[in-house]
Order: sequence, then C-alpha cells, then structure tokens
Amino acid sequence: MFTLLTFCFAAALLAPWLHRRLPAYAGAVLALAPASVFIWLFFQLPAVMHGHPVEQSFLWVEGLDLEFALRLDGLSLLFALLISGIGTLILFYTQGYFKGHPQQGRFLMYIIAFMTSMLGVVLSDHLLLVFIFWELTSFTSYLLIGFNHEKEAARTAALQAMLVTVLGGLFLLVGSILLAQAAGTWRISEIIQRGAEIQAHAHYLPILILICIGAFTKSAQFPFHFWLPNAMQAPTPASAYLHSSTMVKAGIYLLARLHPALGGTEEWAAILIPIGTITFLLGAVMAIGQTVLKRLLAYTTVSALGAMILLLGLGTPYTIKAMMGFVLAHALYKATLFMIAGGITHETGGETSIDKLGGLRKAMPISFACALLAGLSMGGFPPFLGFVAKETWLHALGDYPLLMIATMIGGAAYVLVGFSIGWRPFMGEMPAGLHAHEMPPAMRVGPIILAVACLGLAFFAGTTGHTLIEPAASAIAGTPLKVHLHLWAGFNKYLVISLATLAIGIGFYRARPLWLNLAQRMAGWARFGPDATYQKLFASILKFAAWQTRLLQTGHLRHYIRYIVLATTVLVFTAFLRAGGLHKLEGLTPLTVRTGALAVLMILATVATVHSKSRLRSILSMGVVGYCMALLFTFFGAPDLAMTQLVIETLTVILMALAFYHLPSFRHSSSVRTHAIDLTIAIGGGVVVTLLVLAALDVQTPTPISDYYLEHSYTKAHGRNVVNVILVDFRALDTLGEITVLTLAALGAGALLKLRPKKKEDRP
Amino acid sequence: MTSLILRTATRYMFPPLLVFSIYLLLRGHHLPGGGFVGGLTAGSAFALYALSFSVAAARKLLRIDPFDMIATGLFIALISGLPPLLSGEAFLTGIWWEIPIRPSVTVSLGTPIIFDIGVYLVVLGVLLSLVFLLAEEE
Repeated sequence: MFTLLTFCFAAALLAPWLHRRLPAYAGAVLALAPASVFIWLFFQLPAVMHGHPVEQSFLWVEGLDLEFALRLDGLSLLFALLISGIGTLILFYTQGYFKGHPQQGRFLMYIIAFMTSMLGVVLSDHLLLVFIFWELTSFTSYLLIGFNHEKEAARTAALQAMLVTVLGGLFLLVGSILLAQAAGTWRISEIIQRGAEIQAHAHYLPILILICIGAFTKSAQFPFHFWLPNAMQAPTPASAYLHSSTMVKAGIYLLARLHPALGGTEEWAAILIPIGTITFLLGAVMAIGQTVLKRLLAYTTVSALGAMILLLGLGTPYTIKAMMGFVLAHALYKATLFMIAGGITHETGGETSIDKLGGLRKAMPISFACALLAGLSMGGFPPFLGFVAKETWLHALGDYPLLMIATMIGGAAYVLVGFSIGWRPFMGEMPAGLHAHEMPPAMRVGPIILAVACLGLAFFAGTTGHTLIEPAASAIAGTPLKVHLHLWAGFNKYLVISLATLAIGIGFYRARPLWLNLAQRMAGWARFGPDATYQKLFASILKFAAWQTRLLQTGHLRHYIRYIVLATTVLVFTAFLRAGGLHKLEGLTPLTVRTGALAVLMILATVATVHSKSRLRSILSMGVVGYCMALLFTFFGAPDLAMTQLVIETLTVILMALAFYHLPSFRHSSSVRTHAIDLTIAIGGGVVVTLLVLAALDVQTPTPISDYYLEHSYTKAHGRNVVNVILVDFRALDTLGEITVLTLAALGAGALLKLRPKKKEDRP
Repeated sequence: MTSLILRTATRYMFPPLLVFSIYLLLRGHHLPGGGFVGGLTAGSAFALYALSFSVAAARKLLRIDPFDMIATGLFIALISGLPPLLSGEAFLTGIWWEIPIRPSVTVSLGTPIIFDIGVYLVVLGVLLSLVFLLAEEE
C-alpha cells in the first residue's frame, strides 16, 4: 500500500513533465496510476470480505511514536475503490475536457495529488496520519478550486473552502489528540475496539464534538455547507471528483470509521441526527430553486451528505447498511451527472443555465443516454441502484415516521434535480443560437461506465451488497452484519412510499417555474445565512488587521526602535525581578585610574553623540565610545573581542558615514517631548542591562560550561584559542546560522539600496 | 574624495592589510584571530581602497561580485560540515588530518579551518556589498 501511495504521488509530480511530452495522451497514461491501485484493491476483495484486513506499518518518526500504519478493511476498501475507480475515469475525462489547455499538466498534478491524499485518508490506521492526509486533501482542493486563478471568484471560493475545512481540521486535530489519550493508543484499529472505555471517559463529549466539527466542515454539513456550492468555481473534473464522490465524503468516512468507538450513544444521536436532517432538507430545498447546472448538483450533494450523516446518526444495523448503499449509489450517479453537466457546458460553448438549454438529444445522444440513466438513478426510479438504495433507506427508517416524511420531501427534490439534468437540457426545441456537439471519446468513457454501473449493479444487487456493502457496513457497526440487497423486495409499504415519492417528485418537476419564482423572492434572505456570516467575519478580520497594522506600523524607524528597546527592557526587567533581582554586589574589580579615565571618556563621548548638531560628529563620537570599549576588553584579557570590536567600530563609522551622506542635514530637531521619551527609554535600557551584568557576576551554575570548553578545546578540537574553537567547532551550527542571517541581511539591504529611486525628478 | 596622501597611503597599506587578514584567519585556532575578524580586516582594507580611489576600482580589484562571494562562503561553510556525516558523526563535527611536511614536522588541518574560511568569505562579502552599494551612489 505504501508503494502504491508513493507511486501515485510520483505520478502527480511527473504529470506536468509528461503533459509537455505527450500533450494529447497525458491523462490516459497517468490514469495507469489510479487504475493499478484499483486493480490491486480488487484483488484484495476476497480476503477483506472474509474479514482479513491488509495491514502494513513502519515507524516513521521515532520520537513521536508516529507510525506509518496503513490498514485496508471493508470500509476503507469501498471508499478506496470509489476513489481510485472514479479517479481513473476522471483522468480520462480531464484529458478531453482540458484538450489543448496549456495548464493541463498542472491540473493533472493537483488532481492526482489530491487523489493520493484521499487514498491516504481512507487507508491510514493512525490518527495523526489521517490528519496529515486530511489536511493534504484540503490543500490540494484549494489548488483545484482556485485553478482558474485569474478569476477573482475562483480565488475567493478556494480560500473560503480552505479556511472552512482547515479550521475544521484543527478541531479534528485536537479531537484526535484527546481521543488518542482517552484510548491510550493512536491506532484506529485498536481505538475502535475500546468503545466502552472511551465513552465512559470524562472527555468523551469534547472528543465527539471536536471530531464532529472536523467532519462536518469537510462534509459540508449545516451550518458549514456554504463552501461547497461556492466551490463549483473549480473546473468540472475537479467538481465531479472532489465535490461529489470523494473529498466531501472524508467527513462521512471518518465518522463511520470511528462509529464503533464514539457512536451508539445519546450524544452521538443528538448531534448527528438533527444536523444530518437539517442539511438533508436544506440542501434539497435549496437545490429546487437553482438554475445553474453545477449548483443544482452541488446542493443535492450537500443534501446527500446530510442524509448520510442522518443515517449514521441513527446507527442501527439497518441504517448503516442503507448508508453504505447510498454512498455507493450516490458516488456513481453524482459523478456521472457532474461529468455530463461539465460536458454540456463544454460542448455548447459555456452555457451553464438549464433554462437556456434544450433539444440537445440529437447533438449529444450518448450524453443524453448517460444523463438519463444517472438522473433516473438519482431520482430513485426502478430498476436503478438509486432505487435499491432508497428502498433500503426507507426500510431502515421504518420506525421513524417523521424522518420518513423528510425523506419523501428530499427524495422528491432529487427526482426534480434528476430530471432537470437528465431530461430537460436534452428535450424540447434547441434555443436559437445554441450550437452543440457530442463530447469527445475521452470525456465519454467515464459517464458511460458509471451510468452503466448505476443500472448494472442494481441487477447484481445481491452480489454488490454481499461483496462491497457488507464488509463496509460490518466495519462501521463493529460487528459482522449480513447485507441482502434486492432490486425487487416484494410488494410492501416501502415500495408504495417509494413510488409515492417518485410521483410527488414528478409533480415537483412540473411545478418548477413556481419554485424558481419562489426562490427569487427568497433570495434576500441569504444575507442572514452562514455564507453572509462568513463574509462578514472575514471582512471584520481584515479590518482588524488593517487597524492594528496602522497602529503599530508607523513607518518611522524611530518608532520601531522605541518599540523594540522598550519591549526588551520591560520584558527583561520583569524576568529579572522574578528571578530575584540583584542580591549583592561582591567580587567587583576595584576601579583603577585607567579604567576610571576610560569610563569618563566614554560618558563624555556619549553625551557628545547625543548633543552634536552634525551627523558626522555624532558618528565619530560613537566610534570613540566603541574604541574605549575595545580598550576595556584588552585590559580584561579578551584580545579576540577587543580586536573584533576595533574593526567593527571602524567599519560602523564608515558605513554610517556613507549612509548619512545620502540624508539631508538636520533641518529641524525633534521636539522636547520626543527627546524626553527617548531619553527615558534609553536610560531604562541602560539601567536594566547594567543590573543584568552585575547580577551575572553572582550567577553560579553547578558546572560552568566554560570549564568544559577550556578542558576539551585542545584535546578534542586541536585549538588553543577557546573563543575561536567555540565558534568554529563546538557551536559551529550556531555560527552557520549566524552567517546565514548575515547573508539574508545583506541581500535585504542590497535589494533596498538597489531598488531606491534614482533621483527625485525621476519619480512620477 | 581625492586625497593624494590617502591614495598613496592606501597603496602601501592595502597589501599588508590583506596579508594580515589572512594571517588572522589562519592563526585563529590557537591565537586571537579567526574568520570573523579576518573577514572584517580584509573588508576594511577594501573599504579603504574604495574610499580613496573609487568603488569601481575596488570592485575591479576584488574581481568577483560580493554577493557571489557571500554565496561561495556560505557554500564552503556548509560543505565543511559534511565529511563527518560519512563516518557517522554529527554534522559539523571537526575532523582533523595530520599532514607530514617533513619527517619532523606535521601540520594538523581540519574541517573547522575550512569552515572558518567560509565565515571569512561571508563576512567580507556582506561588508563589501553594503559598502559598495552605499558608496556607489555618490
């Protein structure tokens, strides 16, 4: 498994290069990567079906106890099959969709990287590993949504999706850490066996809430659902893949994965059922009023995700089976419809509104067939997989009449959307001025295979249920379940309800103009919605940032120096007082005449520096202070320091003189008030440093590090000059860091000096 | 600045200053000196030259761009840390070789000296890049 993941990441890196080499076939060649994963997974099916998960692990980071642990069980397998299978088809589709697009290589790279990250999420058996891959999917999805980065809407949507999902990711991280602590292990396969222990733990509720927030943001649950419809700015291949069948299901996957550990409690039901129901209905109702192809699909995706959460929240064996059946059916029909929607827009020269389309059946017969199959599956018509799923779903809700009614409403909306995409654009008269032709073969492959699967898998419902749904549902439930799916379950009340839903749905579809009218009137309400709240929050953060930047960043060097010195002084002084302050003054070297004289000279020079009316004189006076310092160093036996100080002082004077040469002469002096403030700060800084130096005399470490250096300088490092040995051997890494910083400083200063405007007259 | 006295003095002082800077660099391991102060000394020599003649003349004398010098120095310092990795020791651990010059005299040479040469070049480069850029605009 590790090899496969590495292989796929390598394929992502190779994509741009391959696209340059083989512009026409890059997608097809790269599809080999997910295809090989799919085939490998397929061969694992028998073992996993019989309850033998495939495991692999090695130690990744020793100190953190981080294992690269992968595990393939029934649940992972179903998701991984969807990811790699649809991924393969999407790559073919991409090749056709982006035919001749210069940036196709970049898109391929992003989408393969995304696919691999997603595979990582479902294969990981270590909570931190899940988190890492989880964040990678957020990040790659950001790149995909913002692919058309020249468009502002795409950039905004990408940022929004990333902020929402990454924020949720942080909640997930905290939840994961708490969960690992409660369970005493990071391995998911062990965590899910300690459900009772975790649920009795004091942190159970916080863990549940945190992980739910993570999952809800990713899976676009109310009130975080708004990013998903906005993410439709992504190119269609990405929407079809990320926002229908894979990424948004990561949250569903995670909750399903942790269901044995966290699920089955009252809290679980109290969080998941209401949120799931609200999202399910909200998505369905919002979808009714949409006219843009992709947004229609996006809202029904939100709704479908809500349904999955709802079914998971109920947590009975029936609902779990129904949920997994729905996951499979939904992925198949939704990916098909997205691909067709993208195809229609692509082949009609950019038309996105279903009300401006019509009569495409002659121009795009194959697309019509696929759309119709998928649309019927979506609506839940027999004999499609969607029907089988809906049947199971209604069965599972048998004891909940209210939820049953909700399902009927939602189901009717699905019928409407299914018809709106699978029927409406293709029937009737073609509007004048609309030109269309069939999708190229590369774009047709995916929809055909998936649409046929929508129909075909329904006829093999028993086998599908047994091989795919059963192992997955068993993994969620934590106990082996038996799954029997039927296309024809006999004549019972659920069939009646199902058929009634279809009838209502057709009625809904007939009344579509009414809904659109209603939706237009309701549009004003959006400003109270979560999207508007997000925008307001975002704007206020920017405003706050601007305000505090204006406050702190005055652009005057003088102010920055003030802040730095003042902050350092206050902080150091506080730390100094906390450490006990100055105890005693002992062991001071008596003041000799020559040091005394030097000190007086230094003080005089300092005063001269401050008082001088000319810059050059100030600098020279400061140089005097430095030279005196160097002399002090020689008195106290530090020739290295003295020497360096001497040269540095000289060079500082030269550099300052050169820099000041470019400045105008002092025209107006600072005000008295400024002087007073600066003087206070300067004196404060000086006093604190003096106190610190005096206190340093008194500090006794058990074994001074200097002894070690003195002892080993010659024996270990072949040097008698300890100062230099420390610099180039004992602490060479520090020195390396310092010279790197020096380099950066020089580059920065160099850039500033080179980029300044030549002369005043040249300025615009 | 065109002072004949300064120019003449610089002509005589420049070579000894450079030699002195290298002397400081090499003796640093046992006696006061080292790459840092060596680089600074060489830097002041070039700065002196630039001030008394011209920046262009100093640049010509230096032959290579100061920024290239910084990069080279940083690279040398980095490379000097690599040999210990081959023998499984930590990055930048000093490795010493005894090089016999005559039967009775051996010189020990180690990676820290190479590192110090890197420091020397970086310090010299940083200094000169600033001095040259500031002085050039006059």
